[in-house]
Amino acid sequence: MDVSLQLLGKGKELERELGVGLCAALVGEQLELAAGELLAYGAERVYVVEDPRLRFYQSDAYARLLADLLRDNSPEIVLFGATTTGRELASRVAGKLGTGLTAHGVALSIEEVEGKRQLVCAVPGWGGNLMVRIVCPQRRPQIATVKPGVLSRPERGGGGGEVIRVQADIREEDFRALTVEMVEERPCGVPVEGAEVVVAGGWGLCSVGDFGPVEELARLLGGVVGGTRPTLDKGWIGEECLIGQSGKTVSPRLFISIGASGAMHFTTGFLKSGVVLAIDQNPRAPIFEVADIGIVGDLREVLPCLIEELKAAGIVPC
Amino acid sequence: MSLEIVVCLKQVPHPDHFSQISLDPAKQTITREGIPAVINPLDKNALEQGLRLREHFSGRVTVISMGPPQTQSALEEALAMGADRGVLLCDRAFAGADTLATAHALALAVRKLEPFDLILCGNETIDSATGQVGPQLAEVLDIPHVTYVQEVALAHERRLAVRRAMEYGYMKVEVTLPALLAMVKESNRPRLPTVWGIMEAAQKEIRLWTAADVGATPEAVGLEGSPTRVIGVFEQQARRRGEVLEGAPDEVARRAVAKLRELGAFRA
Repeated sequence: MDVSLQLLGKGKELERELGVGLCAALVGEQLELAAGELLAYGAERVYVVEDPRLRFYQSDAYARLLADLLRDNSPEIVLFGATTTGRELASRVAGKLGTGLTAHGVALSIEEVEGKRQLVCAVPGWGGNLMVRIVCPQRRPQIATVKPGVLSRPERGGGGGEVIRVQADIREEDFRALTVEMVEERPCGVPVEGAEVVVAGGWGLCSVGDFGPVEELARLLGGVVGGTRPTLDKGWIGEECLIGQSGKTVSPRLFISIGASGAMHFTTGFLKSGVVLAIDQNPRAPIFEVADIGIVGDLREVLPCLIEELKAAGIVPC
Repeated sequence: MSLEIVVCLKQVPHPDHFSQISLDPAKQTITREGIPAVINPLDKNALEQGLRLREHFSGRVTVISMGPPQTQSALEEALAMGADRGVLLCDRAFAGADTLATAHALALAVRKLEPFDLILCGNETIDSATGQVGPQLAEVLDIPHVTYVQEVALAHERRLAVRRAMEYGYMKVEVTLPALLAMVKESNRPRLPTVWGIMEAAQKEIRLWTAADVGATPEAVGLEGSPTRVIGVFEQQARRRGEVLEGAPDEVARRAVAKLRELGAFRA
């Protein structure tokens, strides 16, 4: 739901440029509350396709029902969250409509291209090394996915707007891939995307042999732990704490990187943070190019001093 | 139950060399010259899955790839890992394809082969990471798909039971064949080609198919068949590089905390 609300904010911004109206679509079961939330966050209209058989995400059924809904309403632009289900749903729907789909856009805007006002998406490629600008000049709708955490949630308004119930014309062949069970395994604690403070560790911790320093600093600052691929492979963090191109995008008030050299596919995950502090022993590490404050040194020496200083300054409890 | 399996591969630049991919801002072109190429890592997981299913149920594994002539080496590596035969879709007409146009081209090749039971591909590539070709190929072929596949088992004849990852947890999905599965890294550990496998690969067939061979029409494939278009390439704007402190750890820590406070890092 979070990413959908974030998309509504961007949707409103794009809609203002084109004057076409902002709607949302929901497919599933028991969608009252969700529809209400979407209206509160800016949708003028929410289309709801409901049926008990749609309780779990069903790839074939959801794609066909959504494609039919979009064909009937001919929107200019459709936005999906780039979640595990959103990405494939958008792909299949774009395939059914024979239209263009741009994946994991980080910046969306309306610009005049070839004499037409079009959606332009900026998308990272090759691990975030380069950015590509993409349009869908002829086919409609123009579809894009955006990762959770890239956009900000808009203000919650009063609501108003209407809920339109769409008859779910469900067929037997809509369940060739049948989801029989959904098992949620939420880790305890605040997810990285929502945290105000994130302390992330990288390859440098592997030479120290333990992730303790990162966890300690995170705990003291009331923040959450994150990490890079090597620390995930080492088993020190779970997949949900992986930050970067193939992990999460975060934008905390304070982001601290410890022992990570700053490869593009990592730094692309936290560029929108308020303040970035980086600690690494290599003065030429690329991480210093994206940090507001950099400390060159051995983390085994720097971290204890940093913690002492934070206590002395009254920023963390003694 | 014998399985006719097709594995889709893409050859991509070696990830260690991504930072060498450079941009000419004036010409708006990207250079990939001299950068070594590899099989997209998740496509190896897809191939490994196919080989294991063949070992279990008997059948055949065909690897296909759409790409320039050098893609041949990726197919050869796949044959050395154990695939039975390869197909290289190579034609200027296929160039500049977005994911939908790629899906159309691959679908034409798949239809030209014998009726298949299962298509396997990597969940996403390391270069563009869209994850779209798998589901779009399934859509064009009008077969069901499952992405983020971690485990594959047989439920009944012609029906697979798969475990599919989500952000927090997983789904259990039962899918009827023919189907497409997109595999993730944790699904298996791809085997290395053996010396014997490399020798055997030399005897295996790689067919070279052009657009005409698969009956591709210009409006369906390549740049012309792509609903999306790239209109520009640029380098990501770096954050402003700030102050870098070096020296005695306690002094450096003091200065860092003072600076962080100044920048509002601790304001609730």
